[in-house]
Amino acid sequence: MARQLNTPSDRAYGLVMGLLAIVGLAILIVPVLIVLVSSFTSSTVLKFPPPGFSLRWYEALLDPGRSRHVHVALWNSLWVAAFATAIGAVLATLAALALNRANRASARAVEAGFLSPLILPGLAFGLATLMYFSILGFRPSLNLLIAGHIVVIAPFIFRTTLASLTQLDPALHESSASLGAGRFYTFRRITLPIIAPGIAAGSFLAFVSSMDNVPVSLFLATARTNMLPIRMWGMMETTLDVRVAAMSGALIVVVLILMIVMDRLTNLTRRMSM
Amino acid sequence: MSSAATGERMGVEWRLAAPLGLTYLAFFAAPLVILLVMSFSVDDNLGGFTIASWVKFWGDPFYRGVVWDTLRLGLVAVAVTTLFAYPIALLFVASSPGMQRLLLFIVLLPLLTSVVIRTFAWIVILSREGVLNQALLALGLTSVPLNLLQTELGLVIALTQIEMPLMLLPLITVMGQIDPSLSDASRALGSSRWRTFRKVIVPLSLPGWIAGATLVFASATTAFISQTVIGGARLVYLPTLIWQQAMVVYNWPFAAVASVTLLVAVLAGVSAFAMLGRFARTS
Repeated sequence: MARQLNTPSDRAYGLVMGLLAIVGLAILIVPVLIVLVSSFTSSTVLKFPPPGFSLRWYEALLDPGRSRHVHVALWNSLWVAAFATAIGAVLATLAALALNRANRASARAVEAGFLSPLILPGLAFGLATLMYFSILGFRPSLNLLIAGHIVVIAPFIFRTTLASLTQLDPALHESSASLGAGRFYTFRRITLPIIAPGIAAGSFLAFVSSMDNVPVSLFLATARTNMLPIRMWGMMETTLDVRVAAMSGALIVVVLILMIVMDRLTNLTRRMSM
Repeated sequence: MSSAATGERMGVEWRLAAPLGLTYLAFFAAPLVILLVMSFSVDDNLGGFTIASWVKFWGDPFYRGVVWDTLRLGLVAVAVTTLFAYPIALLFVASSPGMQRLLLFIVLLPLLTSVVIRTFAWIVILSREGVLNQALLALGLTSVPLNLLQTELGLVIALTQIEMPLMLLPLITVMGQIDPSLSDASRALGSSRWRTFRKVIVPLSLPGWIAGATLVFASATTAFISQTVIGGARLVYLPTLIWQQAMVVYNWPFAAVASVTLLVAVLAGVSAFAMLGRFARTS
């Protein structure tokens, strides 16, 4: 064990770092908790702490008459996220298999290209897709939104799949081949079971980020093909609609449950800090 | 484990990369080319060639100010998230496995919660009747409610929470790989904890910080929802300008100029962080 000098400066270090960590953790989690609690308010204005508790805003949110637009937007978002994730998972897994262990410059450049939507400003890309589709003469539709979403969410699956492929021992491939197994059989019986958790974790992140996507949906969604985050933004801009709190509360709980399930299945928390 | 030689022999199977590659060409590269062409167009049908939009954008001090404010917002977000992320990462590394799971959970939950929801939460907290003002009034720290919405301070506070997970995840990963005996050795040789932090922990965790800073910078400069909702009409950043020009004013060539500027500005910032990393490693 190291010799512990307990000088005033060392004590100050512990105090400063400890305080900053506590404030930082509070900044991270308290807003989420405040929204969760406020969503159960009985009042028509959003105040914290709420004067009383009720489920009235959840009822308003579920009411097909009053919240029809929200339901349409939710359904559109789920539809787009499901298709974009499914197609993205196939494309990104194939690409990860191709670039696995390749250390040629050309392969590394392609890899950087596939990951670049993570860094590029999504808003510039969103506007670019709107211009592109309108010049090609396409009318706004959910299919265009799926195409736009695939580009921005595929990198999540590509990255986690690539990471899980590095844990695959090439000797397994060679022994499978030397025992006479075909390439597809080797993929199905050896590679896929090993990389499946990586694909699943990436797909989960991709699905969540598609549901949450603003930059692309902002330009490609129309009144008919509205998406949930854009709809919620509209509800926030005009009045402080308490239904947004109920919507938030519901989504937080869904994410919480999905996180626990995914953590059990794929060790998501560890994969995300890789 | 695998050797570089095995990788060389396996080569690249381009056929497997083709489907994603072609999708990117059709729906990623092609739109960006159109965006660039649009910025030199006379109208929104790509008719004619002109540099008028570029001259109008860069000739106007207001628009140059918007570019500068956007970059500064990104840098401030990096600075503030760094201030909190290092202490949290130090706490994480020193914690038991059970505590580490809880901390990761606290980091991941906001990350997976919609940006719209997180922005909404900050309206509840920062508004005149909000949680923060109630607390400050109750504690007697202020006699009149502070106006934090539509201020840069309010936006930075909100962005701190929204962007911090992006800084924390890579930082925690890298700090977890630092051999604790290095810090012990530094302490045993008589260095103070501040000096150990500065001379051992910061240099060794730099790759993680650079990865995090890149993500925070790229994300904060493009955080359209937070910028419009918390910044309001008084604070204008490039994403707001792009949206207004494209969807309200319908001046597509001008919106394209602003978009290309945002793209180049973010790429320049990201490359600057990457170069900083290379410089720190060689010196």
